[in-house]
Amino acid sequence: MARLNIVEAIDQALSQEMQLDSKVIILGEDVGRDGGVFRVTDGLVQRFGEERVIDTPLAESGIVGMAIGMAIAGYRPVAEIQFAGFAYPAYDQLVSHASRMRNRSRGEFTVPLVVRTPYGGGIRALEHHSESMEAVFAHVPGLKVVIPADPYEAKGLLAAAVRDPDPVIFMEPARIYRAIKMEVPEETYTLPLGKARVVREGKDVTAVAWGAHVRTLRDAAQRLEAEGEADVEIIDVRTLSPFDFETVVASVKKTGRAVIVHEAPRSCGFGAEISAQIMERAVLQLRSPVIRVAGFDTVPPLAKLEDYYQPDADSVVEAIKSTLKF
Amino acid sequence: MPIRPLVSYSIERVEVLSPEGVVDDSLMPGLAPEQISRLYEYMVLTRQFDDRMFKLQRQGRLGTFARVAGQEGAHVGAAFALRPDDWLVPAFRETGALILRGLPLVQLLQYWGGDERGAAFPQELRTLPVAIPVGTHMLHAVGIAWAMKQAGEQAAVLTSFGEGATSEGDFSEAMNMAAVFKVPVVFFCQNNQYAISVPYTKQTASPTVAQKALAYGMFGVQVDGNDVFAVYRVAMEALERARTGHEPTLIEALTYRVMDHTTSDDAQRYRSEEEVEPWRQRDPIERLGRYMRTKGLLDDVGAADVLARADQKVADAVAAFEAIVPPGPEEIFNHVFAEMTPQLVEQQAELMARLARRR
Ligand SMILES: Cc1ncc(C[n+]2csc(CCOP(=O)(O)OP(=O)(O)O)c2C)c(N)n1
Ligand SMILES: [Mg+2]
Repeated sequence: MARLNIVEAIDQALSQEMQLDSKVIILGEDVGRDGGVFRVTDGLVQRFGEERVIDTPLAESGIVGMAIGMAIAGYRPVAEIQFAGFAYPAYDQLVSHASRMRNRSRGEFTVPLVVRTPYGGGIRALEHHSESMEAVFAHVPGLKVVIPADPYEAKGLLAAAVRDPDPVIFMEPARIYRAIKMEVPEETYTLPLGKARVVREGKDVTAVAWGAHVRTLRDAAQRLEAEGEADVEIIDVRTLSPFDFETVVASVKKTGRAVIVHEAPRSCGFGAEISAQIMERAVLQLRSPVIRVAGFDTVPPLAKLEDYYQPDADSVVEAIKSTLKF
Repeated sequence: MPIRPLVSYSIERVEVLSPEGVVDDSLMPGLAPEQISRLYEYMVLTRQFDDRMFKLQRQGRLGTFARVAGQEGAHVGAAFALRPDDWLVPAFRETGALILRGLPLVQLLQYWGGDERGAAFPQELRTLPVAIPVGTHMLHAVGIAWAMKQAGEQAAVLTSFGEGATSEGDFSEAMNMAAVFKVPVVFFCQNNQYAISVPYTKQTASPTVAQKALAYGMFGVQVDGNDVFAVYRVAMEALERARTGHEPTLIEALTYRVMDHTTSDDAQRYRSEEEVEPWRQRDPIERLGRYMRTKGLLDDVGAADVLARADQKVADAVAAFEAIVPPGPEEIFNHVFAEMTPQLVEQQAELMARLARRR
């Protein structure tokens, strides 16, 4: 087994899926010769040629709209949007067509499309390069939303997304692209879409996150354990749509407390949905209010103020302690 | 029932100043010697500033930014044709044009250093902040131009963007609306032949950007983007047509991105040094310098003096930049709306309380 980071794990998954299925193709800005601005598609054009790894003109609506047509015509396109903040021009195609073609045609035409995009802050980037729009996509019926939290997850979830019969938005936490290296099996494997993962078992409080903030939860849990304050159960949601409420609710029924962490703005973030599911299904087991640790309802700040915006282990520790004291 | 040509068009290319520094007098725009010197000074200042920004970026004092070295002839030439009551609606690779509009260098450092206050371009400069989402801002120029026409202002809007931006849908919509509504706007495309790694030939099958104007019923022209006199001339004419006749124009300034796309890019991954080298020889500042020397407007002493004054301005700006007190965290919330929502008020208080607890 090789030790890979998320960039390398996704690159490997793409390469293997392309090897297995000649209908899998890649398209996007700078995905070919340049290997993508984060190098996620590094080496693929050399291996599979320009017919299957396509550098497109600079047009996000064009990339996704054309990929929808390719998918209808039997291909399995994996489109890259260079940064999630540039997916807005493609949003119309995603909402108006990718997500509905199956429903509109009563299953006659389908869109097995993957849109990969780096998202999230913490990378000291320019405006529009730090957005967390997972809730914006998860709110659209007919789109699946998948977010890996480490290299092993990234490889298995991406393979599953490529093989999935429906459109999947695959959001890659840019902040931890290269931050985590771990053993990743060489052979192909898939992880289920729609199944959350218990990352760490605990009895006092359920902490829920996805993407880069699963790591934030681990840090917080370790500190609380070392201080003898709390035994935290961590859940990585993995797929916001479909959302596996059963795993979350079962955990909350056990612990009686829940803290949800995301860096997207707090209002109408996906934490609100999780909180509502807990209220609907486990209110009698709750021993304290569900708490969200989230980004502010603001534009993500540029580099100088960025750290204030990001949820960090300190704020998670505080939130967990407050649920325990309630 | 014959088949006959219905319409035919042609696209002109304008060159005034040869690479050797010789002008075609019949095409030379009316520029007084001191104006030519000023043009040169602004181009040199832009180059020196760009160079210093790069060094600051490499030292970790600035974030990612897009260098403009080699493209001064294009965007400085165009901005030189603007009057104070015209508007500039830029993308992100027009440092020289922003300087010409009167934006303090220190503010540019502040912005690219990750401090939002740097993007607070004073309203009276009639210059919008940098637009990072490629190809989206030209529509704003059309709207501003529409409003100016309503107000009966004898002024125009110049909006600048790269050739990559012409592939976005919003570009077509902006061109169409400008022509349909006959608004005083000039679309200024710096065709540097690359959009990150994607070369011009993969961006569009159109032999020129300029001809894209024709389909919208707009005037289009290509100009040598490394020839500052040609760019100035074409921009002047287009702005005048816009101000007086409400005729929009698309200008393609054909140049080349001799630098990496941004400080995060490595152009060696996708193009060869042999391709870049000839373009270094076509440097717009050296070309103008050659002309000025033959006309007695510049000599070694004068050139050294221009350089020294530019470096001094840059050094002063860097010193002022280093003295800036970082923004306070409360700033994050202050400009989302005219009035803060209850959520923002609460979240701001929460953050300030959390920071106080940790102190
Ligand atoms: C909508 C959008 N998509 C992608 C990007 C990422 N990106 C930044 S600059 C750039 C290339 C722009 O090329 P061009 O318009 O030719 O301008 P240049 O950089 O050459 O000046 C890309 C793809 C972006 N900023 N906005
Ligand atoms: Mg370009």
